Amino acid sequence: MAADESFIAIRNLSKHFGSVKAVDDISFNIRRGEFFSLLGPSGCGKTTLLRILAGFEIPTKGDVLIDGQDMTTVPPHLRPTNMVFQSYAIFPHLDVKQNIAYGLRKTGISKEETERTVNEALEMIKLPGYGNRRADQLSGGQRQRIALARALVCKPKVLLLDEPLGALDKKLREEMQLELRQLQRSVGITFVFVTHDQEEALTMSDRIAVMSRGKVLQIETSSRLYEAPNCREVADFIGTMNFIDGSVAGSENGYAVIDAGPLGSLRAPNAERPFERNRRVTLAVRPEKLRIETAPPGDGTNSVAGKLGAQSYLGDRSHFYVEVPGMTKRIAVASQNATRNLDITDSGDRPVWVSWPVESGVLLPGE
Amino acid sequence: MVGAKRIDGLLAYGIIYLIFIYAPVLLIVLFSFNNGIYVAFPLKDFTFKWYSDMVHNTGLTKAVGVSLRIAGIVAVVSTVLGVLGAKAVTRYAMPGKAMVTFLIMLPLVIPAIVFGISLLTLIAKVFGIQPGTWSIVCGHVLICVPFSMAVMISRLQGFDKNLEEASLDLGETGWRTFWRVTVPLAMPGIVASFLLCFTTSFDEYQIAAFLSGNDATLPVYIYSQLRFPNRLPGTLALGSCILAISFVIVTFAEWMRRRGTNPDKGLGI
Repeated sequence: MAADESFIAIRNLSKHFGSVKAVDDISFNIRRGEFFSLLGPSGCGKTTLLRILAGFEIPTKGDVLIDGQDMTTVPPHLRPTNMVFQSYAIFPHLDVKQNIAYGLRKTGISKEETERTVNEALEMIKLPGYGNRRADQLSGGQRQRIALARALVCKPKVLLLDEPLGALDKKLREEMQLELRQLQRSVGITFVFVTHDQEEALTMSDRIAVMSRGKVLQIETSSRLYEAPNCREVADFIGTMNFIDGSVAGSENGYAVIDAGPLGSLRAPNAERPFERNRRVTLAVRPEKLRIETAPPGDGTNSVAGKLGAQSYLGDRSHFYVEVPGMTKRIAVASQNATRNLDITDSGDRPVWVSWPVESGVLLPGE
Repeated sequence: MVGAKRIDGLLAYGIIYLIFIYAPVLLIVLFSFNNGIYVAFPLKDFTFKWYSDMVHNTGLTKAVGVSLRIAGIVAVVSTVLGVLGAKAVTRYAMPGKAMVTFLIMLPLVIPAIVFGISLLTLIAKVFGIQPGTWSIVCGHVLICVPFSMAVMISRLQGFDKNLEEASLDLGETGWRTFWRVTVPLAMPGIVASFLLCFTTSFDEYQIAAFLSGNDATLPVYIYSQLRFPNRLPGTLALGSCILAISFVIVTFAEWMRRRGTNPDKGLGI
């Protein structure tokens, strides 16, 4: 038995397809009982990594350990993992019961036991009475649940899910996100979940690994990933982010003073991964942390002056885009319309000030 | 109106085309019921004589037996090889795959007479074996495997390879996965391949003519009978029977194949 902390251990893992490095020297651990997501754009290597965990791909280099046992070259049928495929892969020549019971044959349990297990599984996925239906008589959501049940009756140590909600419509997807999360908590199995949908990953996961070009950029909990990204790529991929380039000019009251060129002097927290003086940095701040005002704000906050370029009214919130001299991209501001605010309704070239508390900024390595 | 005229022109072309193809064949059927040994108009009486003669002709029934046996063996062997070959080509990455596929498919365009001569030389001269049923089987398997491969490759490409991976993932070995998933899903293709190979072997003349030895197949026997004018109507009767049976088998094979690829039907995906 391995330590819970390194239940799945990935060590210097690489997978090359010809000259393409689909997975490029990755090392990290997944905890026992964790809902762990691999998040990234298509082609980032997340599915390849999942297929290595399932045993469908043999890594070019490195090792995979599950529960302390080396799994690197163990074939899929001998692994304590089961997979829910993106296409669900429901066997079209078998009915629902036979599909769910597929993996039970090798366990050698009796017919009655199999029947009971299958019925329990159908109860669990809220599809009792569907046992005799065929795959082509099922909706996408039902197939998804059956694929889940078929994998879970095998009692895997790890359940691998390859974008299982990708083919569902938005409403059903949100329902299934909640259900899947509840299910994971109740069965207590470690889930490794692949998705390109950041919202899905943020909603469901205990921890998320953000991947890009075969590398893992950051592994964090949802809130920390959103609030404290460790690089510009992660910050840009998760949600919307404003970036202001500058360099560290000094420090003041424990904050770094950033020389942001034409934007003047800004301050930001610099305790977590302190940047030295004169380092090129990027100050990142989320649109919803910003305030937009028609008069210059007082001291104690960061502020930049600009012109209101465009705005869109979304009912519950408004988006403003502020043109700031010296910045190529407009600063995005998201404002909750918590009170009736008829103040800033006309767009155009009127001067505005964007401000934010110093604590809201995140310092990232500059480019 | 212009459109209608154009369709009419196409229709006429289509009808002429079908007459060109099927009129000679239908003539055979027509004259097989004609009470006279010459294939010439005007027709004489209607008769089943040639059909009843056919049944009592021992040379002919023996040839039918030989042909059925060969076609059966060829269909089984070619389909098994075709399934395995198609599985390899569609599911595994291997060096020189394109070349191997090309070489397997090549017999489709090599004249059968070349196979006939080369196999006869090999079997009779090099190995010194008397040609017969088994040498014909070898020759026919050579030309049937490409057909089987073509059918099976399209069938295996037609279903999600995740299905096989799902089976492996659920704890079945590669071999059990083949039997529990691949074979059932490929069944329409397997049946189509079997029937296609069966009819190909059953109808084949050139290779059989070279390699038959004492075991004349039906086409070889029929050709040998054409030297005797009074045997001709009997041959026509036989030809009509083969035509009917081939038609049924090929139609069934095509129906099976389509049933398999149609996504809305039971066996499809």
